[in-house]
Amino acid sequence: MAAIDVRSVVVISVDFRSDLMASRIVAKKLEKRFGQIHAVRGIDLEVPAGQVLGFLGPNGAGKSTTMRMITGFLEPTAGSVHLEGINLAEDPIAAKRTFGYLPEGAPAYPDMTVEEFLGFIAHARGFRGREVKERVERSIGRVNLQGVRRQAFETLSKGYKRRTGLAQALLHDPGILILDEPTDGLDPNQKFEVRELIKELGGDRAIVLSTHILEEVEAVCTRAIVINKGQIMFDGTPAEMEARAPRTVVKNRMDHVFRMITTGDVAMGTTMKGGSR
Amino acid sequence: MNARQRIAVVFRREFRSYFQTPLAAVFMVIFLFLAGFFAFNIGGFYERNQADLRPFFQFHPWLYVFLVPAVSMRLWAEERRTGTIELIMTLPFGTADLVVGKFLAAWAFTSIALALTCSMWITVSWLGNPDHGTIIVAYLASALLGGAFLAVGAFLSALTKNQVIAFVLCAVACFVLLLAGFPAVLDFLRGWAPSGVVEGIASTSALTHYESMMRGVIDLRDVLYFALVIVAFLVLNVFAIDWKKSD
Repeated sequence: MAAIDVRSVVVISVDFRSDLMASRIVAKKLEKRFGQIHAVRGIDLEVPAGQVLGFLGPNGAGKSTTMRMITGFLEPTAGSVHLEGINLAEDPIAAKRTFGYLPEGAPAYPDMTVEEFLGFIAHARGFRGREVKERVERSIGRVNLQGVRRQAFETLSKGYKRRTGLAQALLHDPGILILDEPTDGLDPNQKFEVRELIKELGGDRAIVLSTHILEEVEAVCTRAIVINKGQIMFDGTPAEMEARAPRTVVKNRMDHVFRMITTGDVAMGTTMKGGSR
Repeated sequence: MNARQRIAVVFRREFRSYFQTPLAAVFMVIFLFLAGFFAFNIGGFYERNQADLRPFFQFHPWLYVFLVPAVSMRLWAEERRTGTIELIMTLPFGTADLVVGKFLAAWAFTSIALALTCSMWITVSWLGNPDHGTIIVAYLASALLGGAFLAVGAFLSALTKNQVIAFVLCAVACFVLLLAGFPAVLDFLRGWAPSGVVEGIASTSALTHYESMMRGVIDLRDVLYFALVIVAFLVLNVFAIDWKKSD
């Protein structure tokens, strides 16, 4: 009897560990209030390695606020965030080492060149000496910034600015990537490139990206979450999301489901004439 | 990385940033020109026929009132305007690392401008026999005063996105810090306030402590005063950033 008891204890503890390892991002009951505004109302999120999670929702739904709480830029009013098992509130500096983050609009210092900026990020990530150069070279190569490496950030086109932001987020090869609108403002070719890059990175990382483009979710994400008014309205695979659309809708089925979920304007089963765009 | 290494990374980026824009050149030229102009034309550096740098140092507080805010105004306001605050605050830095690193970079920058005035020192040594101890203490006092004003300015810069507002607030705050020790203000107070109150007000003034050091006397209370102002405003700065970073 005693032997069986011991074994079952062992099994439980192993399960618990593997569960923690599997979910790189664990956010529990996240809440955020800005004065009167209740921006995020109880969001639970677990993202394991290998998952590319698309964060969808209308403007002001709470996407950026949620990402800012996960990255520690904003303190949640309530709830907790664990990154690679590290409690963000208890050890923010250690937790911030685990992820790369592309903030909305891909900000960087306007007077620094791409190389200087990435060098600063490398130092901030704790690299020294030769390693700094290697890291900078690698991330410049990864997002094709060779042509503009000595150009000041403020003189770059939107596409290059976004890529510099991505290079910065990737520099230390983090297990977690959080990307706020990574393809916003890019031309179709650049969008394609960034999507290919994200797919390539997805293999062994946990990636969270927000976007307004639903086809992007179909193209790169393995999971989609729709949030509206600070709450999760849908959580499933892109295919499951699309399947929610009534059979009568033929074109832009994702858009239809998105509007169904976030506005309630389009009732289930009604046909959208002339497409939903 | 420990805190010292993190502060060093922030310091390096900040310090270099002064030289990536015309700010460094403009600031240094204006500072050196005005420091010399006041010393020679208003302070009567030659006319006094004394081998000391008093006419040079006595105008530093008034120079700093509008030159230090020009350096401090951008410290945080610019990070907020460009959105880079979200980037640096999600890198593995603590808020205090950023506050201290930025402050030290700004202080190193103004101290370099101050050090470039050593031509005055060389001139006076060549013309006469000045008391070098007094001059060293006066330089220290000037650096400490600049540091105190920078700490005040960095804090005020953290409260706003607008650099012009940061500039004006800092200039006014520094002016008030000086004015509390200005003879005209103290004489006015002596007319009706008890002497203890007047002394109390005078002792909160940066001018009182600066002038006592300028005479060449290192009084621990004067050094402590500047150290306290710097530390207090850096602590306030940390709170201000955590409170207002997302606005």
